[in-house]
Amino acid sequence: MRDLKKHVIHPLILRITHWLNAAAIVMMIGSGWEIYNASPLFGFHFPRIITIGQWLGAAIAWHLAMMWLLVANGLVYVVWSVASGHWRKLLPPGPKTIWRDIRAALGFRLKHEKGVYNAVQKLLYTGVLLAGVVIVLSGLAIWKPVQLWPLCNLFGGYFAARYVHFFAMGAIALFLVIHVVLVAMVPKVLPPMVTGGKL
Amino acid sequence: MNRRDILLRAMALGVSTGLEGCNYDDPNHPDLADKFLHAMSSWNDRVQAALFSPHTLAPTFKASQITMPPRFNAFYDISQAPVVDQSSYRLALGGQITDKTPWSLSQLQALPQEGQITRLICVEGWRVIGQWAGVPLGQFLRRVGADTRCRYVSFQCADGYYSSIDMESALHPQTLLALQFLGQPLTPAFGAPVRLRIPTKLGFKNPKSLTQLAVTNVYPGGYWEDQGYNWFSGS
Repeated sequence: MRDLKKHVIHPLILRITHWLNAAAIVMMIGSGWEIYNASPLFGFHFPRIITIGQWLGAAIAWHLAMMWLLVANGLVYVVWSVASGHWRKLLPPGPKTIWRDIRAALGFRLKHEKGVYNAVQKLLYTGVLLAGVVIVLSGLAIWKPVQLWPLCNLFGGYFAARYVHFFAMGAIALFLVIHVVLVAMVPKVLPPMVTGGKL
Repeated sequence: MNRRDILLRAMALGVSTGLEGCNYDDPNHPDLADKFLHAMSSWNDRVQAALFSPHTLAPTFKASQITMPPRFNAFYDISQAPVVDQSSYRLALGGQITDKTPWSLSQLQALPQEGQITRLICVEGWRVIGQWAGVPLGQFLRRVGADTRCRYVSFQCADGYYSSIDMESALHPQTLLALQFLGQPLTPAFGAPVRLRIPTKLGFKNPKSLTQLAVTNVYPGGYWEDQGYNWFSGS
């Protein structure tokens, strides 16, 4: 097992949690948009064709069902990441490296090394993980503003927590777009996320 | 078929099952997704019961924070709000209650009253702050000899609405049989003559214009709950 692990780009547990997370995120955002539509925070609705659950009751049912997958799967990832030392790969490099990699990425010159996260990846992944923590905590605050009132107060109360939850969704949705575009630009990185790949 | 194909097919199946069952629109003919959602909703009921603390109070607000004008909300237009004759009004009692003598409005008004300025959060996401006063439900249940070991308290309304809550939430000190709103007797639009006010649950768990209250161990459901809203719906 140890030997095998050294030769794959993405360990099995990372691949499983990645795809479960992808499914959970899509379901959470889609149902969240339908819930948003019941009482919009801004002057727009999400078109029903891209929401999940065709009425508020179904959307809430999906949202409060899939949240368990999102959180349980996220916890498995965090525990594995800490225990295996994987989290070290996400540690941001110095500002010089960051600047160099961002410029290279914008010029479509950033090299993709197997099994190593470049600075742009490190920043994106760390950022989306933080957004994930914020969206779960603000979601709990909205779900239980009375029982979990200290958490709700942390976000400035129920009203403010809804905005925090919305903008965290915006950050994750933006990440998703960038993530998918980057994969489309370097398509060879997709198969290893399914098969594990070879280093 | 390699592993990638299997995974992609599994994902496609997951997506199609999800979309097909996204309606949750026919409770009498549940499909696979509906059954999954129903099981998760029951699990969420249990989690919320465990999270519920009888000692945690809903936040209270200052009179200056009360939402004006108050917001009407029901499954019908404000013009259709039921007008109940106050002089002949009786609150019927049912189920596991020793003294089932119906209560008139003046009898309810003669009981010790408590007031609160609390926030009502709608399942849709909006919230309003209002002032309610009335008889604490826990005190009322004990007065009429309700078996408080039962699991549910159910409510029937003059407009055909119905709902139910867990006994622990019914006994919470902020749960009221409200007779007043904003310092005045309730108006038809806001639940005259008697409504449930329970700031530890979402708005739709605050049924208006109550006609019957019952204590039972048989799951009573509710107007929205039977269509798919989570039953416990605690705040």
